Amino acid sequence: MPSRILPQPTPETQHFWDGCREGVLKLQRCGCCAHVYFPPRPFCPDCSSRDVEVFDASGKALLWSYVINHRPRPDMGSEPHSIAVVKLAEGPQMMTNIVECPQEPEFLVLDMPVEVVFAEQEGGISLPFFKPAEG
Amino acid sequence: MNPKSVAVVGAAETTQMGRIPDVSVIGLHADAALNAMADAGLSAKDIDGVACAGISPVELAHYMGITPTYADGTMVGGCSFMLHVRHAAAAISNGLCNTVLITHGESGRSRVGAAPFGRSPASLMGQFEMPFGVTSPPTMFTVPVLRYLKERGYTEEDLAWVAVIQREWAALNPRASMKDPITVDDVLNSPMIAWPFRLLMCCLVTDGGGALILTSADRAKDMPQRPVYILGTGESVETPMVSQMEDFTTSKAFRVSGKKAFTEAGISHSDVDHLMIYDAFAHLPLYGLEDLGFCERGEAAEFIRNRNTAIGGKLPLNTNGGGLSYMHSGMYGMYALQESVRQLRGTAEAQVDGAKISIAHGVGGMFAASGTIIMTNEK
Ligand SMILES: [Zn+2]
Repeated sequence: MPSRILPQPTPETQHFWDGCREGVLKLQRCGCCAHVYFPPRPFCPDCSSRDVEVFDASGKALLWSYVINHRPRPDMGSEPHSIAVVKLAEGPQMMTNIVECPQEPEFLVLDMPVEVVFAEQEGGISLPFFKPAEG
Repeated sequence: MNPKSVAVVGAAETTQMGRIPDVSVIGLHADAALNAMADAGLSAKDIDGVACAGISPVELAHYMGITPTYADGTMVGGCSFMLHVRHAAAAISNGLCNTVLITHGESGRSRVGAAPFGRSPASLMGQFEMPFGVTSPPTMFTVPVLRYLKERGYTEEDLAWVAVIQREWAALNPRASMKDPITVDDVLNSPMIAWPFRLLMCCLVTDGGGALILTSADRAKDMPQRPVYILGTGESVETPMVSQMEDFTTSKAFRVSGKKAFTEAGISHSDVDHLMIYDAFAHLPLYGLEDLGFCERGEAAEFIRNRNTAIGGKLPLNTNGGGLSYMHSGMYGMYALQESVRQLRGTAEAQVDGAKISIAHGVGGMFAASGTIIMTNEK
């Protein structure tokens, strides 16, 4: 299996990928209007302020929508797998894979609570996946 | 642009369509352009504006022997040609040029002379979508749909009906790639691509192209074809990443573009005789009917199931068979425009009797962009 296609961080996104490697989901919040946003950028897409801060998100989310890809990319193995979008408790949507869960519609129920889990890859990258929340 | 001040005077598709292994991408642009010039009774020397997507307008102008005073390389995916029409109408109205050639050519299936796929791993999409296994549009354009079905109370069967009714239209078009009738069961039993999408809910992958020529309504009077006037236009963009759509149940770009076009045209929905909604996948006509305001949210599926968009219905939709059954080279918007022009010239294979106003509504990327062109054959 070819090695997984991985992100190449840029100066504007480095904090996010550093956070993933350290096991923390990092989001950004505007100091002016309090808007929370993703993906990372050094200004607020709502009010255009450069006064923004990085903070630790809860890692909690709801399963918002998904497909189950029956023709996986060569680096994703041969079994059907989810390509999902979760809605983070803090507001933004994020693409991910739902893991530690059968990859079948009966087990992937919209609006079910999920939580982040980080999976170490090559080259110092960890990817943020989500699994069904416990309890 | 003043409504009806600019007209389509040349329109044509490539000579062949479907599988064309002996023509490269730029060759498809040129074949469509030459057919459109012949249709309009013009040659390269009569054209002073160029627009295209996929290749650069520099390549197009040089290859065709055109010396333009206007060049538009807007590339926002499959609806780029709607934006080209909009920009060309404004340019002609403002004297930037007189006559604009807009071309599309894509070797989607055979990939002769085509650029490789792929995105930089440092782009936002490369960082925040590619690592999770997205491949081609069937795994991206489809991601919002389960949320949409849930919110609207629609089902997989509703998606299947879109494909079934469009195939009925395709059967009337000899150039359509897929003409054999299909049933809802056929669609729901076709191979699974990406749950909940099955093969027959996804567009074709073919080779082909098309071209349009626009000029002022004054000049159009002396041209060989019945002029098709530009009545209203709209465009917008939302996000390059489908995961970042503001709302998975409605396209902001569709709403903004559609509203702008309707306002400029000064028409109401009941004035529309014929509609094209870019259907790369079966959910797009549902989103389009709602976001353009033809249906209330939650009523589009029933509208289609009740045959309002089918042969004999009150709003004939995707009368060439659409991207699902007619052809889809990758950037289908050009073919939607071609069918609108044919319907208003009265030369369509599945002609809507007495059609006076047609809308071609396009999508680019995965809900990334949109363009809407409203045309009429009445001066
Ligand atoms: Zn702000």
